[in-house]
Amino acid sequence: MTQLEIKREAVRKPFNRRRKSCPFSGPNATTIDYKDTKLLSRYTSERGKIVPSRISAVSAKKQRELAIAIKRSRFLALMPYVTS
Amino acid sequence: MRLYESVFIARQDISAAQVEAMADEFSEIITSTGGSIQKREYWGLRSLAYRIKKNRKGHYIMFNIKTDSETLKEYERVMGLNEDVLRFLNIRIDKVEEGPSIIMQNKNERPSRSPRDSGHDDGSEETKKDAAAPKSDDVATESSEG
Repeated sequence: MTQLEIKREAVRKPFNRRRKSCPFSGPNATTIDYKDTKLLSRYTSERGKIVPSRISAVSAKKQRELAIAIKRSRFLALMPYVTS
Repeated sequence: MRLYESVFIARQDISAAQVEAMADEFSEIITSTGGSIQKREYWGLRSLAYRIKKNRKGHYIMFNIKTDSETLKEYERVMGLNEDVLRFLNIRIDKVEEGPSIIMQNKNERPSRSPRDSGHDDGSEETKKDAAAPKSDDVATESSEG
């Protein structure tokens, strides 16, 4: 029993990583613009899907803004809806 | 009076001069009712991310407009009727961005960057060849020494 517990702690520790902060909040944050395809493409998958905020660490408020910007960019054919 | 940002895409097979004429025509709608064009940008003939009405490329024009909602409605109606316009997007903005938009900035950078990139590629290939040649020499000398 005791041995098992020790093992578990040893395994868990290295995964306790600090959470990344939102790249669009706080001072010197970048602004979200639908024309900035280079920036927006960093938040889309290879297929062109919007990356979930739990992966990209964008705050909920900024994720909403980002999603709108990506969709505008897609509408104007600056970014693809799908890439196959 | 409100601020709007308007982007429209014109068909690929019309000339840049015709696009400018179209843009003048649209801006006339705004200015004739007391509105004003704060900024106007021609992004050039850009390739589209996907095909729109069988077009692979399109002329992009961006306006920053100060007008009222009724004029904007009329402006959108006229754009919708024009068959040379593939698509348009009008959004409300809080303030006009100072200086050229990101697309114009990238456009100005690109011509200077692309030759450098190609040059860099050529250079790297050459360096690879150069790097490969001395190595073989080194090996040869080493083997001769050994």
